[in-house]
Amino acid sequence: MDIHEYQAKKILSGFGVTIPRGGIAYSPENAENKARELGGSKWVVKAQIHSGARGKAGGIIVCESALEVAQAADKLLGKKLVTNQTGPEGKITNRVYIEEATEIKKELYLGLVFDRSSESIMVVASTEGGMSVEEISKKKPETIIRSKIEVAVGMQKFQAREIAFGLKIEPKLIARAADTIIGCYRAFSELDATMVEVNPLVISNQDQILALDCKMSFDNNALFRRNQVSELRDKTQENVNEVYASDRGLNYVSLEGNIGNIINGAGLAMASMDMIKLAGGEPANFLDVGGGATPEKIVKAFKLISMDEKVKVILVNIFAGINRCDWVAEGIVQALQKIEIKVPLVIRLAGTNVEKGNKILKESKINYIEANTLEDAANKAVKALGK
Amino acid sequence: MSVLIDKKTKIIIQGFTGKMGSFHAEEMIKYGSNIVGGVTPGKGGMKHLNLPVFNTVKEAVSNTGATASILFVPPAFAADSAMESADAGIKTCVAIVDGIPSHDMIKIKRYMRRYSRKEKMTLVGPNCAGVISPGKAMLGIMPGHIYKEGKVGIIGRSGTLGYEAAQQLKNLNIGVSTSVGIGGDPINGSSFKDILEKFEEDNETEAVLMIGEIGGPQEVAAGKFAKENMKKPVIAYIAGLTAPKGRVMGHAGAIVSAYGESAVEKVELLKECGVTISKNPSVMGETVKSALNSRT
Repeated sequence: MDIHEYQAKKILSGFGVTIPRGGIAYSPENAENKARELGGSKWVVKAQIHSGARGKAGGIIVCESALEVAQAADKLLGKKLVTNQTGPEGKITNRVYIEEATEIKKELYLGLVFDRSSESIMVVASTEGGMSVEEISKKKPETIIRSKIEVAVGMQKFQAREIAFGLKIEPKLIARAADTIIGCYRAFSELDATMVEVNPLVISNQDQILALDCKMSFDNNALFRRNQVSELRDKTQENVNEVYASDRGLNYVSLEGNIGNIINGAGLAMASMDMIKLAGGEPANFLDVGGGATPEKIVKAFKLISMDEKVKVILVNIFAGINRCDWVAEGIVQALQKIEIKVPLVIRLAGTNVEKGNKILKESKINYIEANTLEDAANKAVKALGK
Repeated sequence: MSVLIDKKTKIIIQGFTGKMGSFHAEEMIKYGSNIVGGVTPGKGGMKHLNLPVFNTVKEAVSNTGATASILFVPPAFAADSAMESADAGIKTCVAIVDGIPSHDMIKIKRYMRRYSRKEKMTLVGPNCAGVISPGKAMLGIMPGHIYKEGKVGIIGRSGTLGYEAAQQLKNLNIGVSTSVGIGGDPINGSSFKDILEKFEEDNETEAVLMIGEIGGPQEVAAGKFAKENMKKPVIAYIAGLTAPKGRVMGHAGAIVSAYGESAVEKVELLKECGVTISKNPSVMGETVKSALNSRT
């Protein structure tokens, strides 16, 4: 789960990381008042969407009067912002963050992620803040510092100091920098985060060490024990169909193509999509109804796919194990009594009791194309597009 | 032989008296697995499915001599149960459960570092279908009848795609020595390489089919291991050709975040390691067959 910049900053500040003073606003008037409250003569108005690269997309505006702050907020609020990470549809700005402007002496990069090779938490840092980490690894790979943390004992002071010295921070600021790095680690480890990225981490002209921008993601599997984090979910930042799916226990990812899929198991779903692609088609979605493919999940899946207007053919591919094909077939028949499908439907069943399952489908009144193998199913789905 | 389990392996079920535990215990017993009891804290002393229930894994092990276990406990308690079985001397533990937090998985793996290589439990999963040695024993939730007994080892992340492969092999009259589902999570108990190592040592396994997917470094690490250490042919299919970068495809671990993690890149890297690639998921069986035939 992703959260907004201002939410991530608030979390980090609770772990001893210094952040610029700021406040959230939902209207231009609100924004103007916030600027006056903060005081000073220069502010930054930042669109709060779940995406990086907002600056280049015009989502971050520097203002020199409270009136300008109101105008900037008016420009951003209620509009979709398209960045190189949002896809062409963009993401809607429902709130803006008003922050006092920082005079920057130095911009650094600090990130924490899971390292799947060593199965530990890895800190990645660089003196070249402000660029994405991908850009840094292409342009200035020699500046990247990596440090693996032993999770059993947590990050040690010496490790944080080593990173701080590696970032060429001046000696009088090292202790403060180390505390900042440890604060980020503690937030990562104590809140079940999967990513913390402070980019840039800056040293101001006043020698403060500040998290100027921040992104955090959390492990969905751990939200059950992180109420304060799960409350921060903002569904307006997610694809409507994906929200519908996740609220109903379906694994769904919306894609660009026009062949809708209903499949049991994530691996089989990816494999079926590969077959569609090889047969010359494009999948409209990834949809895993779970290995068990219960009738309830199948009904929900048909409903979800029928909401997607770009779908021109539906491909159902279920490999039944203990959940038997006859049971799955009954689920499909029930689903189609409740939901009207207007596009061609290709169904491939396999596994336990496949003959019984196919017999149930044939004897029902549903209109469908039967397929036997993965390849057959993909070919028939692509062929049905032309009809 | 087979890897991890055979007909004699004594198995206990953790979370035995629950709905899932009971249902799958019966399926495993029907298949012929040697289930000797189970653990449900607080229900020790009871009988369930005519088998003894214990409060702790240690008690179960000392009373039954069990060496394998399977977890049917909710994700929030799964890490605790896995560490309990490691501590009780269980040698193979399968975690079926989907939804264990990644931070918990790291904790389990750190915890298991206290044991020497010889004493260490093999954890399989989580988020997997389990292990089956066809004709011998099943320690999982798969439909046993689709697996034919034979000489091909299978290692896969996905349950149903693994079934698909077993079915394709069976249709070609090719059997399986053991099939191991390592699960779809980003951090898992055993990697592809860990299981390849076991198949290379197993005198009944003649070739290994790896069913991988996008995300993480494990498939390529296994390819490098095969190149340097294996005599048996390795065949692989990598799912997720159409997966967009940065999106989680159902499995928590199926996300492309770095170079070498997309399906196309993994296939290229595996080819360099001499692994035979199944070009699409409907020819996994045929690719294994021709790899077996082209051996001298």
